[in-house]
Amino acid sequence: MKVLVPVKRVIDYNVKARVKPDQTGVDLANVKMSMNPFDEIGVEEAVRLKEKGAVEEIVVVSIGPAQAQETIRTALAMGADRGILIQTDADPEPLAVAKLLKAVIGEEAPGFVVMGKQAIDGDNNAVGQMLAALLDWPQATFASKIELSGKSAKVTREVDGGLQTLDVDLPAVITADLRLNEPRYASLPNIMKAKKKPIDVKAPADYGVDIAPRLKVLKVTEPAKRSAGIKVETASDLVMKLKNEAGVL
Amino acid sequence: MAVLVIADHHDGLVRDTTNKTVTAAQAFGGDIDILVAGKGVDAAAKAAAGIAGVRKVLTADSDALGQGLAEAFEATIVPLAAGYDAVLIPSTSQGKNIAPRIAAKLDVSLISDIIEVVDAKTFVRPIYAGNALETVQTSEPKVIATVRPTVFKAAAEGGSAAIEKADAAGAPAHTRFVSEEMVKSDRPELGAAKIVVSGGRAMGSAEEFQRVIEPLADLLGAAVGASRAAVDAGYAPNDYQVGQTGKVVAPSLYIAVGISGAIQHLAGMKDSKVIVAINKDADAPIFQVADYGLVADYKTAIPELTEALKAAGK
Repeated sequence: MKVLVPVKRVIDYNVKARVKPDQTGVDLANVKMSMNPFDEIGVEEAVRLKEKGAVEEIVVVSIGPAQAQETIRTALAMGADRGILIQTDADPEPLAVAKLLKAVIGEEAPGFVVMGKQAIDGDNNAVGQMLAALLDWPQATFASKIELSGKSAKVTREVDGGLQTLDVDLPAVITADLRLNEPRYASLPNIMKAKKKPIDVKAPADYGVDIAPRLKVLKVTEPAKRSAGIKVETASDLVMKLKNEAGVL
Repeated sequence: MAVLVIADHHDGLVRDTTNKTVTAAQAFGGDIDILVAGKGVDAAAKAAAGIAGVRKVLTADSDALGQGLAEAFEATIVPLAAGYDAVLIPSTSQGKNIAPRIAAKLDVSLISDIIEVVDAKTFVRPIYAGNALETVQTSEPKVIATVRPTVFKAAAEGGSAAIEKADAAGAPAHTRFVSEEMVKSDRPELGAAKIVVSGGRAMGSAEEFQRVIEPLADLLGAAVGASRAAVDAGYAPNDYQVGQTGKVVAPSLYIAVGISGAIQHLAGMKDSKVIVAINKDADAPIFQVADYGLVADYKTAIPELTEALKAAGK
C-alpha cells in the first residue's frame, strides 16, 4: 500500500512570530523555518508503518515556495521514498490546498493519507477534513493511535473529555495529534541518501486548480499586550492581593 | 440574513459554548436558529430553546450523530445550510472535526476560531499561536466559521423558541464507532471554569501532580489544567492540556504552577483575567504575562498558599 503524507514549511515552533509594522502580515524574512511539527509526526507514523511492512511506499507532498524542497528532503531523510513539490509563492488557503491534494491523490492513488492536524502558522486545522470531504473519504482526525488491519484502520482520537476510537475503511484521511508518536531525527547517512531521492516539481496549474484566495486579509495586528504584573513575596501576600486588589477570590 | 448555530451539548445539557456562539451570531444582525444534533436530544433542544433571541431550534436525532461521526454531521448540516447565510460552530474538538468538512462540501473557505465579528463578512482570528491577529474579509456567498467560545459572553436565558425536527443522517458507509473512554471528573469543565489551576513539568510525576495540583484546585472549586510538557511526560491526561494544541481557556483566575510559559502554552491562557505564576525560576517567561508572580519552589509555596487560602475563608 502507498501512503501520501502532506508536509508544510512553516516558521520554526520556537520562534516568536513578529507582526510587520505595516500590518500586512508576519515578518518571515530571515526567520528560521522548519517542517510543521504535526507533519513530522505524520511522516514518522508513515515510516513506522513501512518498517512494520504495512506500507510499501511513502510519497511526501508539499505546496509552497522553492525552499519547501528542504522540508521534503527532511521527510525523505526520515524515511519517505519520494517527493512532490507543488511550487507556488502564494500561500494557498486550506480549501485550495485540499483541492491540490485531491488532484495529487487522483494521480497517485494512495491507500490512505496521514498528515498533521494543524499547521502552526495559520492554525486552521482544516485541510485534512476538507480533503476527506472532497474525496468523500472517511476521516479520523486528532489521531493518537493508528492500527492498520487490511482494508480498514482503527484510530484512537483525542477528543474533548477523553478518547474515542473509530474504525474507518481505507482509503481514508487521518490527521495526527501530538501524542501519536515521537518523530525521529534524521541521521547524517540518511540525510545524504535523501539527496538522491527524487522530487517532482509541479505547479498548481498542472493540476488545474484555482488557488486564488477567497478570504482577503485586511490587516494583521499584534494582540493587546498584558500590562506588567508585580512579584509578591509570600503566599499570604498573594492571597490578599487576589482577594482585595484583583477581586477574583 | 439567517444564521445557523450548531449546538454543543451533552447528556441533555447545552454547554455554555453554545450560548457564546449565539452571542457571536447576534453580531451578524439576523435571525438565529440552533441545530441540536445527536442521540436523544429532546432535553438539550428544550434547553437550547431557552436561549434568548433564538428564532427556532432544529433537532436531528440518530445513532451516528450521537457518536459524533463527522460524515453524519456533514450529511445533516450541508442540506440545511442552503437556508442560511452563515453556519457558526463552537471551536471544540468536535466543531473542528466537522466544520472544515462541511465548508469543503459547500465549496466555501472556512474561517477558523473567530474571536471577533466585525461585520457579517469580516472577522478577526488569531494566527501563529496567538502571536498575531488576522482580520479577514470573505467574498464567499456563505460564511462557515468556528467560534472561539472563551472570548464571547454567553447569551442569556429567557427565550422560548419553537422546536422543529430536521432530517438526521444515519450511519455513514465507511466509518464505524468502536468505543469511547471519557475522563470522569467532578470538577468544573476546563473550558468553562472560573478558576483554573495548572501544573507543569516541575511536578516530576503523576503522583506529585495529583498530590499538589488537585487539592489546590478542589479548595478553589477550580478546574485542573496542565502544560504540554506535563501531559507529554504522562503527569496529566491529554485533555488537561492548555495551549495552542490543547484547550484555550480564559478564566477569571489562572494559576500556573511550575510552568515556564512556552509560546504554545501562553496561546491557551493569556486571555485569562488574572494570571498567577508560581515558579522558582525568576526568569521564566510566564512572569512576563503574570499579574502576580511568586518566585518560589512549589513544594513550599503550595502548602503556604493552601494555608493562606484557608485562613482567608476558602
